[in-house]
Amino acid sequence: MEATDIGLWGVPLAMLGGAIRVSTPFIFVSLGEAITERSGRINLGLEGTLVFGAMSAYAVAVMTGSPWLGLLAASVAGLCFGLFHGWICKFPKVNDIAIGIALMLFGTGLAFFFGKPFIQPSAPDLPAIPFGAWSDIPQVQAALNVNVLFLIGAALAVFLWWAFRNTRIGLIVRVVGDSADAALAMGLNPSTVRLLATGVGGALAGIGGAYLSLYYPGSWTERISSGQGLMAVALVIFARWNPLGCFAAALLFGGAGALGPALQSVGVTQGYYLFYAAPYILTLIIMIATSSPNRTLAGAPGELSITK
Amino acid sequence: MTDMVSSPDMPGILEARGYRAALEWIARRAEAFVIPLAALVVGMVLFSLFILAVGRSPVQLYETMWRGGFGSWFSIQNSLSRGAPLLLAALCVALPARLGLVVIGGEGAIVLGGVTAAAIGVVLNGAPSFLVILLMGVGGAAAGGIWIGAVGALRHYRAVNETISSLLMAYIAIALMNHLVEGPLRDPASLNKPSTQPLSDVYRVGNIPGMEVHWGLVVGILACVLSWLLIEKTRWGFAARIAGGNVRAAQVQGLAVGPLIVGFTALAGGFAGLAGMVEVAAVQGSANGSLAAGYGYTGILVAFLARHNPLAIIPVAILLGGIDASGGLIQRRMDLPDATVLVLQGMLFIVVLFSETFYGRFKLFNPDLWQRST
Repeated sequence: MEATDIGLWGVPLAMLGGAIRVSTPFIFVSLGEAITERSGRINLGLEGTLVFGAMSAYAVAVMTGSPWLGLLAASVAGLCFGLFHGWICKFPKVNDIAIGIALMLFGTGLAFFFGKPFIQPSAPDLPAIPFGAWSDIPQVQAALNVNVLFLIGAALAVFLWWAFRNTRIGLIVRVVGDSADAALAMGLNPSTVRLLATGVGGALAGIGGAYLSLYYPGSWTERISSGQGLMAVALVIFARWNPLGCFAAALLFGGAGALGPALQSVGVTQGYYLFYAAPYILTLIIMIATSSPNRTLAGAPGELSITK
Repeated sequence: MTDMVSSPDMPGILEARGYRAALEWIARRAEAFVIPLAALVVGMVLFSLFILAVGRSPVQLYETMWRGGFGSWFSIQNSLSRGAPLLLAALCVALPARLGLVVIGGEGAIVLGGVTAAAIGVVLNGAPSFLVILLMGVGGAAAGGIWIGAVGALRHYRAVNETISSLLMAYIAIALMNHLVEGPLRDPASLNKPSTQPLSDVYRVGNIPGMEVHWGLVVGILACVLSWLLIEKTRWGFAARIAGGNVRAAQVQGLAVGPLIVGFTALAGGFAGLAGMVEVAAVQGSANGSLAAGYGYTGILVAFLARHNPLAIIPVAILLGGIDASGGLIQRRMDLPDATVLVLQGMLFIVVLFSETFYGRFKLFNPDLWQRST
């Protein structure tokens, strides 16, 4: 690596680039989870959806040669997982958190089962836009090589933030999430709204998975996700169910995740594994700092089981 | 006169009442057995359909699974060995569950318990073996107990969601283990697979006499029985069940809910830490990446399948240990991926959770409703 050419400046630069690269799956999963949780349900199974999305995107991209078809496949697969979660939670006494854990195991198992033949072949990548082409320094170019999905994710965050406030659908989701009784009084069916909200959440998580296998790290392995799906759930709580907050928090997490590789690129190898734990430690600290036993969280959907 | 009339019939009435009482007694308890067993069967049928869909024979699969898990004395012993850590890992989920907490990060406690035990075994090299093994067990349990106890404390005193925090702590624990095993505690001789220095043979936990199964199985079964006694027969268990049902009610009763939650989660983590110690002292011989073999996650499934009843954990853990053990044979004989077992476990998990919706739905299991129907 020529990172030493620009000295320690390589660290913040690599972290900026890393934050953009690493944060994209967080953005999609957390936006998806934000929609689901705003409707009053929690889906912990997005970790499994993420892994299955990564696998199906990669498999379809290998078979068809088109990363966009892979992306489509991942979102459809994610939609199915989400709808399944939403459907099964409609039954009385079925615990949405426990079903999420089960779907996490099931999704990963299914992805490993069908993904075995696709560990070897290589799939085409999703395209990136070289915003750093003006610079001669390779590190700058690398850091500003931004994938289209990141831009779509950013736009989606702004759109959802607007849509929750200003559209009829946004209002319906929020009412169902805050009070099922009020929703019933309005003539809405909370179960159906939650079913659809969980389905959309799953589809977005599937897209996050597609990014993992089709861009960064850019291959399908059984270790492709290391808890991103779960961290995204914690992140939504931290972001107070606000899509713009989700976007900012995802960038922060991406930066933390890029800390280890960035330090490694300038030759710091001591304690590499501890830096690798940085995003988890950061998540935990944020959760501790933002939770309180004496009050419910500001902005929390009233029907959400996890904040009760 | 009334005596004269009724007395000849008395034995008959008593008999009928006794018969009826016995039926009611059975009916009330049958639900807890029939629904999970039915869920198990439905899960296996669904899995058969899955196997059919990928073009294989479910009959052959279950036959292979049976042979790999329980078909011979050799495979039974193998299943028992694999079930041993699952017993302890499942307790790590079941004990907090009685308090209404969903703790899923047992894997972290297992890993830390294993590393701590390995470090103690290496540092105290030369001390009497009885003492070292005891300290390894205590150290492993303490490490796991602190780890999961912290999750409980965060839950009670800071209202941090225990499901997410325990899983984050598991990832942190695995990173910590990798750091220790690749850095400060690394045995320079372990080249391909970084490990701590191997324990000397006198500190290894051996097999139960007459079996190829290590003592971890006995430890696990004892832990389950003690946990059952704790929950069902002591005032702490009673208090925990009240707090699990309704925290406010428990607080109004003056129960110290905080210490109760921290104590139960610490005990749960202690059991998982002990599982890590057993893995190191009886199976691996040193701490390395194999500690994070997924026992913590299979333990979640075991606990839910056993409906968080410590005694029910014993058969369920051995059953799932057998399914785990047959994974290799399924892979070799049927050319299916090793993840086949994971798919089965996932399906069973979903069906078992779904079956919760059927409790209290059947008149058959509720004698109070019998009269109305007849």
